[in-house]
Amino acid sequence: MAKAGPASVEFRNVSMRYGAVTAVDNINFTIEAGKLVTLLGPSGCGKTTTLRMIAGLEIASDGQILIGGKDVTKLSAADRDVSMVFQSYALFPHMSVLDNAAYGPTVKGLGKEQSKQMALEKLALVGLKGFENRYPSELSGGQQQRVAVARALVLEPQVLLFDEPLSNLDAKLRRRVREEIRELQQDLNLTVAYVTHDQEEALAVSDRIIVMSNARIAQEGAPRDLYEQPSNAFVADFIGDANLIDVTVKAVTDDRADVAIGSATVTLPARGIGPGSAKVAIRPEALLLGEPGLGGSLPGTIRKCAYLGNHLDIMVETEVGELFVVQYGGREMLAPGTAVSVSFAKSGVTLIPPA
Amino acid sequence: MAPATRLVLLIGWLGYALMPWYLVEGMSLTNWAWLAEYPFGKAGSALALSLSGQAPWLLPVGIALAAATIFWGSADRQRTATVLVWAGLLGMVLFFAQAFSIVLKDQGISWLAALLGGAGASQRGIGGGAFLTLLSLLFLLCHGLAYRGVCRGDLFTTSTIGLVVLLIGIFIFFPVAIILKSALVDQNGAFAPAAFFERFLDSSIWGLGCLSANVNCGVAWNTLVLAVLCGVITTLLGLACALLILRTGMPGKRVMRALTVLPIITPPFVIGLALILLFGRAGAVSTVLYEWFDIPRSRWLYGLPGILLAQVLAFAPIAFLVLIGVVQGISPSLEEASQTLGAKRWQTFRTVTWPLLRPGIANAFLLGFVESMADFGNPLVLGGNFEVLSTKIFFAVVGASYNQGQAAVLAIVLLAFTLGAFWVQQRWLGDKSYTTVTGKGDAGLPTPLPRRITWLSAAVIVPWVALTVVIYIVILVGGFVRNMGRDYTPTLQHYITGFAIDFSDGIYFQGSAWSSFFTTVKVAAISAPLTAVIGLLTAYLLTRQRFRGRAGLEFATMLSFAIPGTVLGVAYILAFNVPPVEITGTGLILVIAFVFRNMPVGVRSGIAGLSQIDKSLDEASTTLRARSFTTLWRVVLPLLKPALVSALVYSFVRSMTAVSAVIFLVSAEYNLSTAYIVGRVEAGEFGLAIAYSSVLIVFMALGIVLIQFLVGERKLGRRGRTATIAAPAPAPAIG
Repeated sequence: MAKAGPASVEFRNVSMRYGAVTAVDNINFTIEAGKLVTLLGPSGCGKTTTLRMIAGLEIASDGQILIGGKDVTKLSAADRDVSMVFQSYALFPHMSVLDNAAYGPTVKGLGKEQSKQMALEKLALVGLKGFENRYPSELSGGQQQRVAVARALVLEPQVLLFDEPLSNLDAKLRRRVREEIRELQQDLNLTVAYVTHDQEEALAVSDRIIVMSNARIAQEGAPRDLYEQPSNAFVADFIGDANLIDVTVKAVTDDRADVAIGSATVTLPARGIGPGSAKVAIRPEALLLGEPGLGGSLPGTIRKCAYLGNHLDIMVETEVGELFVVQYGGREMLAPGTAVSVSFAKSGVTLIPPA
Repeated sequence: MAPATRLVLLIGWLGYALMPWYLVEGMSLTNWAWLAEYPFGKAGSALALSLSGQAPWLLPVGIALAAATIFWGSADRQRTATVLVWAGLLGMVLFFAQAFSIVLKDQGISWLAALLGGAGASQRGIGGGAFLTLLSLLFLLCHGLAYRGVCRGDLFTTSTIGLVVLLIGIFIFFPVAIILKSALVDQNGAFAPAAFFERFLDSSIWGLGCLSANVNCGVAWNTLVLAVLCGVITTLLGLACALLILRTGMPGKRVMRALTVLPIITPPFVIGLALILLFGRAGAVSTVLYEWFDIPRSRWLYGLPGILLAQVLAFAPIAFLVLIGVVQGISPSLEEASQTLGAKRWQTFRTVTWPLLRPGIANAFLLGFVESMADFGNPLVLGGNFEVLSTKIFFAVVGASYNQGQAAVLAIVLLAFTLGAFWVQQRWLGDKSYTTVTGKGDAGLPTPLPRRITWLSAAVIVPWVALTVVIYIVILVGGFVRNMGRDYTPTLQHYITGFAIDFSDGIYFQGSAWSSFFTTVKVAAISAPLTAVIGLLTAYLLTRQRFRGRAGLEFATMLSFAIPGTVLGVAYILAFNVPPVEITGTGLILVIAFVFRNMPVGVRSGIAGLSQIDKSLDEASTTLRARSFTTLWRVVLPLLKPALVSALVYSFVRSMTAVSAVIFLVSAEYNLSTAYIVGRVEAGEFGLAIAYSSVLIVFMALGIVLIQFLVGERKLGRRGRTATIAAPAPAPAIG
């Protein structure tokens, strides 16, 4: 069998409508060959529909979908060189692990012996040697997940799709499996599209992240760009925590903006925003608490303080509203009512356009 | 062009150019005389007939096939798609145009016939060649649509949808439309809406004479009163029984469960027959009462009381099966919650249990109502002067005063009643059922019944169960005594008359019942797998595929639920007695009648089975490059085995016990067991009739065991755990 190798995926003005409902609204993106790209967003944002359109399980209402430069828009799922790992794993309960893994080559007509060899190879790859004759119901959740991955890998597809693959695993296992998926993707040089609603998972595994909201792409970029340079309030709030505050841009010079946050003034990268009203997104760890009366800071009062092991979650009442602050390291608990000053770190404060 | 499309084209040409186009009488594989003039003459192929000028109107159909064939090797998907769609569509339009316009002499649509070049000509019913050609044209259209991306470009899906729609159209909608049409014409076939109203408003249907004077009421009222009574009584019995079994420590629960299976494998009129043997003028009980207590023999059984008794005995188990599911579905923790809030047992029952039961009760009532409406066997056997719609339809068709128009009008009235009941059930109850079973474990214990309800239930149930047992004893014993009620000398005479086998010269099936028995088994064995396949395929389309018109297809299958057998039988005899589909008197019409009569059963068990199988399994298979057919075969079907079993069992059993639909369709050559038994009853040969009935019951019990054995169990890992075969869901049996 000639290996096709990883292929790129391209969406051109793709929309998906069910009657009056628009699930995906005119989106464009490219997944480069050999990269892992995450579709991230809250439930109902259209990310799973997008994934299913790559698979061919849904046929787009409008636009073009290309895999490896070839137009596959109207091609059925069975005709696309794409495999998928389902959220429920979708293991065939009446087939053994081996039969499940060998299903792809078997229905392709590759012969029993060859199918079996291909299946065994991939089962060994995911560390399931010796489990061939079990039935899915006799495996743990993590093992079932590996069978699903092995089954999807057997045909060495041009594109591999994951639909929330970790949502049925417990928290500890989740971290390990996501690392395994990332290693597998890099070792085998696979093109992977990965759907999740968990921003931490997305940050951890992705080459690029496509954040979706209300059937559109909210922002697309490398994990670091999205966290540090959110282009709008939705992304700032969805990826990591952020305090979103209405501010006034007083002046812009050399792409630096003087921004008034309440009574304090800070200088931030302007990011194309002119004078007038705007918002800033401030990460909780970018707010520093100090003695009251510090220059360039906001006066505030502690409302709540919760101890979470390696950090403290603190709510501070200020003139611009309640701010959420995180302090790492062994700090002392702060009693409610204590007066503090809130100042701003060098990074983690981003100017974004008003909503 | 995909290989599958090429195969379809080959099939089309096989049907068009090689096979006999028309249905030829006397077709056989041993005597080839009917092929004499091939490829011309009566067994000619369409190609030969149209080119030789004998049937020029068939030529355009061939041109449609030829147009598609030009693109045999084409790689241009879009253009091929367009050509296939138009060739298939126009080909089918032309096919139907010629088939319906040129039929018998002086019938059909003359202006269209002239247009097609067949003015004044006549042709016989379509045969194998025409059928294959039609299928090929249909599939060409469907493949063309799939090439355009319809149904995610899946050839199998579009073709299956096309096939199901075509079959339902021809074998359900077309016959029903013919009924409507014949209700609107007079005896000579002229359009006469006035005649319709005259027949429809006739006092024999709607008369209320029985209220004031001493004449019979209209047959519609009779039917309605009977159905309401039957619905109420079966529901109460079923409810009492379900409560007793689930909520008390009553002994004999297993026996009760077993008893509920019996009516399913009992031909409906057999209960009526046993009642005659018990309570008829010469019945066993009547005789005892007369001889010991001097109570005069009477004919009370013949009429409303007898029919009602028979129907209640026959249909209460169905109500029981519905209600036991509803009672089980009430989460015990709800009742426990009520008790922890301080409610007494009776208060809990009244305020929590009863309101939760209500939708189920309404459902059971409607089932009993519809069953009674559609029942034909019992009114026929026990009716006397009390006429109901189904028997009146029967006598309008086969009686001395043959009146096609009246039969059609009566059928419309009956159809309106049953459709109305189903409409109420769907609209009013559709989303009102309080399913309280959740995926979460429910550790609560059901509350025991309040004592007064327990006693009331027991007082009703015990006599009923006793009567049922007596009935079955009569059925079993009746065949072995000379004359039930008069002469109890043990004898095998009835069995010998019916089932004697002569071994003197090889094996010769001498008994008079063998011929109908073999026909019945053959027809049931052919139609059961077909029913299961079509039913499950339809269920698969309805639950797993999205396509335009899906709601319409769903409605059509629901509609066929509601068509009483008698109506379908009349519809078939009116629709398929003349070309283009001329199959009355053949075994084929029996098979077709059973398949489409029982298809809803297959659909229903398929939908129930499929809803338990996660859709992502299908999708996983698809993304692993499996076509729809492969997915269906390798993934869905193995998981659907319980549904397959129940579809096979029900269609087999219902084919063997059906009376209403087939009594019109049997012929001397193709007689069926039930029709034969009804004939014996009418001739007064009760012994033979009851003997034959018990043979059928035993045979079906064995058949059910055999089917379960052949299909095997569903394997879901867990060696040692036996997958439970789905408990027989209540069959939506309509006479």
